[in-house]
Amino acid sequence: MKVLVPFKSVPDPNDATVAGAAASMPKSVINPFDEIAIEEALRIRERGEAAEIVGVTIGASAVDEQIRAALAMGVDRAIRIDDSRALDPYAVARILRALIEKEAPHVVIMGKQAVDDDSNQVGQMLAGLLGWPQATFVSKIEFLDNKTRARCTRETDAGLEVVAIELPAIITTDLRLNEPRYVSLPGLMKARRKPIEILSCDQLRVTVRPLTTTLSTSRPPKRAAGTRVDSVEELMAKLRGEAKVL
Amino acid sequence: MAETLVLIEHDRQHAKRPSLHAITLARQLGGEYALLVLGHGLDEIAASLVSYGACAVLVADHPALAEPLADRYATVIVEAARKQGAKTLLGTSSTFSKDVLPRAAALLDAPMVTDVLAIEETDGSISYRRPINAGSILATIKVEGDRRVLTVRATAFEAPAANAAPCPTERFAFDATSLPSGMEFISREQRKSDRPDLTEARVVVSGGRPLKDKETFERLVGGLADALEGAVGATRAAVDADMAPNDYQIGQTGKIVAPELYIALGISGAIQHLAGIKDSRIIVAINKDPDAPIFQMATYGLVGDLHQIVPQLIELIRRS
Repeated sequence: MKVLVPFKSVPDPNDATVAGAAASMPKSVINPFDEIAIEEALRIRERGEAAEIVGVTIGASAVDEQIRAALAMGVDRAIRIDDSRALDPYAVARILRALIEKEAPHVVIMGKQAVDDDSNQVGQMLAGLLGWPQATFVSKIEFLDNKTRARCTRETDAGLEVVAIELPAIITTDLRLNEPRYVSLPGLMKARRKPIEILSCDQLRVTVRPLTTTLSTSRPPKRAAGTRVDSVEELMAKLRGEAKVL
Repeated sequence: MAETLVLIEHDRQHAKRPSLHAITLARQLGGEYALLVLGHGLDEIAASLVSYGACAVLVADHPALAEPLADRYATVIVEAARKQGAKTLLGTSSTFSKDVLPRAAALLDAPMVTDVLAIEETDGSISYRRPINAGSILATIKVEGDRRVLTVRATAFEAPAANAAPCPTERFAFDATSLPSGMEFISREQRKSDRPDLTEARVVVSGGRPLKDKETFERLVGGLADALEGAVGATRAAVDADMAPNDYQIGQTGKIVAPELYIALGISGAIQHLAGIKDSRIIVAINKDPDAPIFQMATYGLVGDLHQIVPQLIELIRRS
């Protein structure tokens, strides 16, 4: 079985939150949900259910560092689609569809959302474009029937839900699927020898143009810090008198 | 025909209240809007939707739609949007709409904007404000083309009034034999709770890692929630540590809440969690670490030991 894992390079979400100060240039990391997808692919291969894991990302050469990190985790080979534009989720989905038609994986595993853009769209759009089944927000994956189907547990607003999907399919990961491994030194050494293929949209015969544009950004208004109270009684009095919520 | 098609979510008995908030955006956009509900056995739910000022309630009622499988649902939603000639397909952010609507967007060959907080009009064209980076930045997004799919944050739009003259309900007919069949529903966790729904509750009490285990979490967080007839929420850390189920998680990748009163027990205040609570009217933080970031945004902060404070609080509330 061949597993394809698309991943995105994002500003380190932990870096940006240090003491609430936005660093001018936070370092980039693999999107944490995509890292969970990579880890799951590795575990599937380690169980003997997958023969090859292909990683793919879209960006300029600056994302090669995250590609090396994915290879160091254990991804077999990687593809970078060389496009440095500010793409929207639909454009990303259309580029990935072209790549998937070329690579023909049995399953695509990817994060449910990127923690910078928070759109939560690409996996579902990709499934729609390909006409493939999808299992989103997944916290458990088992392959069934000689790997022609997957049984997936999904995290929904109403609790856990189990679906069975025919392969090929798109699976998007939620937090509880696994805990990604740390990159080992031998892993890093090996990663240097692994191939990174660079493709253009032209080579994939896909023309995309983002249909959404960010016109401007701003900081949301901050909540003002309130009052410290010293006792349970004082808290109760405030909630009753001042806030009138009890 | 309708300019806008609003997807309504339900739990088999009732339309989910947050999903109605998308109607408020449909009104702001102007033009006629239709409501669409999918499932099986929808008569009562459909009847409850006729007074929201829509031009019609479209009901896709079929055994094949008994479970919300994304491939089938997206196919039917897209057919309905096409038949209506809808330019905007709209839903409220939830795991249901996040599963189904991006797929529908791709089938409609339309871009999508997630988590709309407000619309802005500049030079006669509409743009959408949405949070990115765990809500630390607000982005204003312009969409090209005449079709689009949007989800709204329920907490950013008021509940719509249901005082319009009743509109017709129309059965939406589709060819069930041609629906995709690659997805099969197996089971859903059955957890009965008498507590209100997290996204609809007036009071939410939430707990973090210091609650230590499931029993303590239930006794303190659950106990205080019950005393206030509120809902229970949790941080990612508490869910990861198996103190609370996944659907309790509040924050960037979980649920967004904006109750009248939010009480945070043992929650330090990572921005990923704060992203899900910052529109609450009153925030109370109880934490033993006086430097916890949550105190910088809490309306009332109390420094101290949860194990002593929370039982006292429950006792005081019960006595009053």
